[in-house]
Amino acid sequence: MEVINIKGTDDTPNVILDKASGQFELSGRSLPEDVNQFYEQILDWIDEYAKDPLDRTEFNFKLEYFNTASSKIILDILLKFEEIVENGKEVIIKWHYHEDEEDMLEAGEEYADIVEIPFDYIVYTD
Amino acid sequence: MEQEKQGFLDFAYQLYKTMKTNEISLVYEGEVTQEITKTFTSLTEKSLSKNAESNTVQKKVFNVMVECLQNISKHADSLSDEEEERRGIVMVSKGDDSYNIITGNIIKNERVPGLKESLELINSLDKQGLSNLFKQQIKESTISEKGGAGLGLIDIAKKTGSKLSYQFKELNDQVSFFILTSTIKRNA
Repeated sequence: MEVINIKGTDDTPNVILDKASGQFELSGRSLPEDVNQFYEQILDWIDEYAKDPLDRTEFNFKLEYFNTASSKIILDILLKFEEIVENGKEVIIKWHYHEDEEDMLEAGEEYADIVEIPFDYIVYTD
Repeated sequence: MEQEKQGFLDFAYQLYKTMKTNEISLVYEGEVTQEITKTFTSLTEKSLSKNAESNTVQKKVFNVMVECLQNISKHADSLSDEEEERRGIVMVSKGDDSYNIITGNIIKNERVPGLKESLELINSLDKQGLSNLFKQQIKESTISEKGGAGLGLIDIAKKTGSKLSYQFKELNDQVSFFILTSTIKRNA
């Protein structure tokens, strides 16, 4: 599968989707005005990946900030991985949050309430 | 001519004094675009970190500003139908124990009752209630064509932990002016 490696900007996140090396990561900031335009290729890639996923997928979310429009898309991403879980493969969400950022931890917990995927919460300092 | 010039200088000085007294760090009236949103949030971020404001407060102010500004850039109406621009006012002020982010924009009168209802619902909920409403809305809402998910106001209430303070001023039989004040406590 092709590798997606997008470098973040001040309003879009870093994205790494690499099946061969097993790296799945969304980090940085996500506050684009047009979230659909930015995330379209990412959602398409995941749809493709879901047809033949790894036995175990570890997805790292290390977001510093995301707007509410992005929060809906993040749920869409998680729902796609939930389907992979339903199809019998293992998926783990590694949800990173800064120690000063309880809001980011809570955001992760809210997603964990909605989707049936195990979440690991990882605190970082700087 | 001289008098007019003097009048303007007086006005500029009065404005400066008022801003200083009330610790208003930003005032803007005009079109609100993604570029403006990025510029204002980054300016505010820099000034907060200069003031050695805590990380938590910095993030909350940043967060609330983005949602307020993107609400304007996505949802503001215009005075007339010919005007396409989404304009608004934005003001950031620092009080002894809080930051206030005040935004104002034109809204069609027909949209006022719906917005009022959402605001009243949000203000009636506690932290857990807001979290439940957020989860419910994020599941049900599909991104509107403007790219908004209708979650902004809930998010602001969640992150600030304060009630949303708002006002509608009817300008004529078509439109009103909607003012929203979001307060972020500095000792949060």
